[in-house]
Amino acid sequence: MRKRALVRTLVATAVLAAFSGVAYAQQTVKIGLLATLEGPFAAGGADGMRGAELAVKQHNGMAGGKKIEIIKASSDAKPDVAVNATRKLVEQDKVDIMVGPLSGGEGVAVKDYSKTQPNITFINGSSGAQATTLVNTSPNFFRFNTEGAQWMVGLGKAALDKGYKRVMVIAEDYAFPYSQVQGFMSEYCRLGGKVPVKAWVPLGGKDYASVIARIPKDVDALVVVLGGADAVNFLNQYEAAGGDKPLVGGSITVSQDILNYKGKRRDSLVGTIAGSPIADAYDAPEFKAFVADYQKNYPVSAGGYPSPSLFALVYYINMKAALDALDAVNGDLSGGQAKYREALQKMTLKTPTGDVRLDSNRQAIGSTFVTEVVKDPQGNLYNKVLRKVDGIDQMLGMKKEDFKIGTRDEPSCP
Amino acid sequence: MSTAAWRNAINAGAGRLAMGKVVVAPLQEAKPRAIQNPVRLHHVVVLAALLVFPWVASPFVTFQIGAQSLALGLIALSLTFLGGYGGMISLAQMTVAGIAGYMVGIFGTSGTAEISLGWPWWLGVALALAIATLAGAFIGWLSVRTEGIYTIMITLAVGVAFYYLCLQNYSVFNVFQGFQQVHPPKLFGINWRDPLPFYHLVLFWSLAGYFFVKYLLRAPFGIALQGIRDNPRRMNALGFHVTAHRVAAYAVAGFIAAVGGVLLVWYNGLITPNSAGTSWLINILIIAVLGGMRHPMGPFIGAIVFVLLQTFAIDLIDRERFNLVIGGVFLAIVLFSPDGLLGLWAALQARFTRRSGFSTPIGGIR
Repeated sequence: MRKRALVRTLVATAVLAAFSGVAYAQQTVKIGLLATLEGPFAAGGADGMRGAELAVKQHNGMAGGKKIEIIKASSDAKPDVAVNATRKLVEQDKVDIMVGPLSGGEGVAVKDYSKTQPNITFINGSSGAQATTLVNTSPNFFRFNTEGAQWMVGLGKAALDKGYKRVMVIAEDYAFPYSQVQGFMSEYCRLGGKVPVKAWVPLGGKDYASVIARIPKDVDALVVVLGGADAVNFLNQYEAAGGDKPLVGGSITVSQDILNYKGKRRDSLVGTIAGSPIADAYDAPEFKAFVADYQKNYPVSAGGYPSPSLFALVYYINMKAALDALDAVNGDLSGGQAKYREALQKMTLKTPTGDVRLDSNRQAIGSTFVTEVVKDPQGNLYNKVLRKVDGIDQMLGMKKEDFKIGTRDEPSCP
Repeated sequence: MSTAAWRNAINAGAGRLAMGKVVVAPLQEAKPRAIQNPVRLHHVVVLAALLVFPWVASPFVTFQIGAQSLALGLIALSLTFLGGYGGMISLAQMTVAGIAGYMVGIFGTSGTAEISLGWPWWLGVALALAIATLAGAFIGWLSVRTEGIYTIMITLAVGVAFYYLCLQNYSVFNVFQGFQQVHPPKLFGINWRDPLPFYHLVLFWSLAGYFFVKYLLRAPFGIALQGIRDNPRRMNALGFHVTAHRVAAYAVAGFIAAVGGVLLVWYNGLITPNSAGTSWLINILIIAVLGGMRHPMGPFIGAIVFVLLQTFAIDLIDRERFNLVIGGVFLAIVLFSPDGLLGLWAALQARFTRRSGFSTPIGGIR
């Protein structure tokens, strides 16, 4: 019967946690924090949590005169798991504010769930699906980070400046790369670039031989929107096949782990341009202070990264928004959190990468970087900031009626 | 089922029914109970507890623990039926449930209006159940000529193939995104997705599934199936069509899994390729094994433990480590009781009552 006893302990713990929450509700504000601590994005999720915790630490664990209590939950990048974890935080642990989740599909699902909990305010973690704040929007879901398409703004022009007039797109076959490709192409095509071929490959694919065989001779560069292991696999196979075209990268393609990879083509990565909401070498004082604070709190010896990842930054931004707005209303969450939401909607958030405002769909209007891979004197590769683009909205500068959410076939300019 | 018992049964010169008695007796209870009143005290207690539970528990516990456990338990029940009584471990039961879930999204209404046909909910659900049952039978037909580990392999292959089909097909399965906002209908002025109505809906179908399986195991079909599990060659010699029985068992299990799949998609409100991905194929096996495959009650108990751990393990231990608790508990249960939690219960009971009938576990995985 030990198992029964364990189950009972589990239930008792949960019940106690719920009751103790009620007792302290006067002095504390509970914030639920959801990220992926399992599955393909486990490392990113852990860093996202670090970013969010850093924001709380900078507030000394207080906001609006109340103590902040963080309750964490984990998912594995699957929407149903994310909703289950969110439901536990909201309905069982009775959090006042939710911050999360990490990935795109989860974001759409949690946004749908938020509609059933009108008294709780949901703030995004780092999920970047366009549809979250465009289709079937929820009045209590806020996103202070820019999304996949916004991150690529400025890259189309940079590619043309490099002399890439025709490019082939190689990207994973799901919503986030669609957004990224759209962000790139809508600008690139408008300025006269051509994309004759788009190859959509399955997420987690191992064999890129057929894709590499389809690369036309007459394209000037490859736009590679692959993440993590997929990107490394592609680069290795492209190198083995004798490929020599320059690359244009997505936001998670030319990350530090790719730059550390040891293949012969490593040097040919020099000159690769990419669009991203974070650039390690950005030298604004706010960003440098953020990086220094991250490094102080999470040294590499304690499991942190040498430099905060995209997830750390984006979770930091969203958590900071939650806390700053609490400060602005002096911790007043009464009236279905109406004042709090108004503060969120109207605030201009100071982030390490510039000011962020929200549009009428509660989606961030913010800044993004165009970066280029360069070699430092020690022979290490890093991303140099080529250009910072400010004030990008979710319509990417288009009129609302011209804008269509990115898909496999949209946009198109063969 | 000992060889001696078999010999007795055959020697008694009886057909299916006499054999049935011999087969059923050690499976269900030590003494033949058919003549006694089958309703016993613990049945009443459990049923009362199930009915009272949502009125004392919070909506969260009712919905996320109660309803989710029962829906998952129903899907695992189909595996217990196949594995425990048919001797066929199919990893594709979640695939069948996933097919049913997808069909509800495709024929009914969802957030993806371009693909969803928007037909009335009853038509969508009926079609979903029919197609998933057919799919279950088809998977059975594919894998029925294999044994043991090969059945596991072939059903795993089918499951993974379906996962990739969903992940890469645009026109029907809507790739990575799947279908969002797949909700039960609002009927008789009740929103069936509210915790209380939804719990009762799932409870009704779980009880129906449970009693259906219990009935089936005593019916000639179920008895023949257990005979086939224990000695297919002899059953064949007795004139039973072994393959047909097995495929039929897959179809029955497919139907149960399909009902569970419809309930699960309504519970989640969405379905994506990951809903029928490899981890879920395995999870269903874990639930079935955890509870024990000796009795149709097993999968439900396994599901409750599984869901409780999934939900609350993170409160017991910090961040990245909580999967350790889940894994540790699973390991401990399987280690100390190969028959799952039911086996543990039976062992305890045997220790206290010293009844001999419980010493031989029947219906485990083979």
